[in-house]
Amino acid sequence: MLDSAAPATDRAAPPTAATVVNPTLPELFRAFVAVSLSGFGGALPWARRMIVDKRQWMTAEEFNEAFSLSQFLPGANVLNFAVVFGSRFGGAAGAAVAFAGLMGPPLVIITVLAVLYAHFGDIAVLGRILSGIASAAAGLLIAIVVKMAAPLFGKRWDFGPPVAILAFIGVALMQWPLPYVFLVLAPISIAFAWFRVAR
Amino acid sequence: MKHDPLLALAGYFAMLSLFAVGGANAAIPEMHRLAVDVMHWMNDRQFADNFAIAQASPGPNVIIVTLIGYHVAGLAGAVVATTAMCVPTCVVAFIVARTWDRFKGARWRIAIQAGLVPLSIGLIGASAFVLARAADHNVYAGLVTAATAAVAYATRINPLFMFAIAGVLGVSGWL
Repeated sequence: MLDSAAPATDRAAPPTAATVVNPTLPELFRAFVAVSLSGFGGALPWARRMIVDKRQWMTAEEFNEAFSLSQFLPGANVLNFAVVFGSRFGGAAGAAVAFAGLMGPPLVIITVLAVLYAHFGDIAVLGRILSGIASAAAGLLIAIVVKMAAPLFGKRWDFGPPVAILAFIGVALMQWPLPYVFLVLAPISIAFAWFRVAR
Repeated sequence: MKHDPLLALAGYFAMLSLFAVGGANAAIPEMHRLAVDVMHWMNDRQFADNFAIAQASPGPNVIIVTLIGYHVAGLAGAVVATTAMCVPTCVVAFIVARTWDRFKGARWRIAIQAGLVPLSIGLIGASAFVLARAADHNVYAGLVTAATAAVAYATRINPLFMFAIAGVLGVSGWL
């Protein structure tokens, strides 16, 4: 629907530190509007395509760096990325503009859907369609987490797999509150990582 | 706090957002626990429906909080829940982004980044489990989940197609 939806064949030569260009605020806003509307089930792949491949606003390494920062910060990853990226090029205004571009259109759409669901959610056939989609959406998330977990569980086990398994047990099976599980496991996991860095 | 739904939305979502390492998906079980088990704002089916709507519409997954907020307290609830979920973490991201580059290569920075990866994977795995349990009430629904997981893992087919097929299967009334 948007130009960013074009296949990856539109990529020019990968940007290098010398060829990256800086976006203006309106460009920043439009880029994140496009990302917000093309991305679904996670907008980050689209953000990468837009920023590195199409607009050449960052090198792939810079993108990965900003992306990994956005991933481990709390909150929605792509939203954190918009803030990290926007602030880098336009300070607070850049962060606000990227945030508004990313959240604005989806919020309008989701509000319309929320109103429709409130009115028609009880209609039997709609409920059936949604329950089908809900089952598929759960499956999609399983696939995502299996892909994420593969590198962690594939190599020789260190602290990583036990921490992941304990987090899963605590939250999914024991149904303990997230803050408790987090406040216990995060320091332990970080401490192990700390000693591993030293080697 | 339990008497004013807007205050409850603001308080809960602001707090859980700060522990949502791994993105909105990592916080799904906590949202489910609060909305279904603790606050009784909605039932399992409604929660699964809302997640399905959020997944099938464009934009960041975090907009499920907009749907929950709307369900609880209308437009005001949608605004409050979304703001509470997004603004504190964006402020954190803004502050960290300004200082982070200075500590590139610092041992504590590497340790924090590496230490949080397995935690977020475990949390997102828990989300998948909680969602499957909320959405799948019989063996056919479980098969749809399993089939979608297999296709999404093995191919690059746009998940919207799988959602469409699952929606049609849902009309059959088996799920």
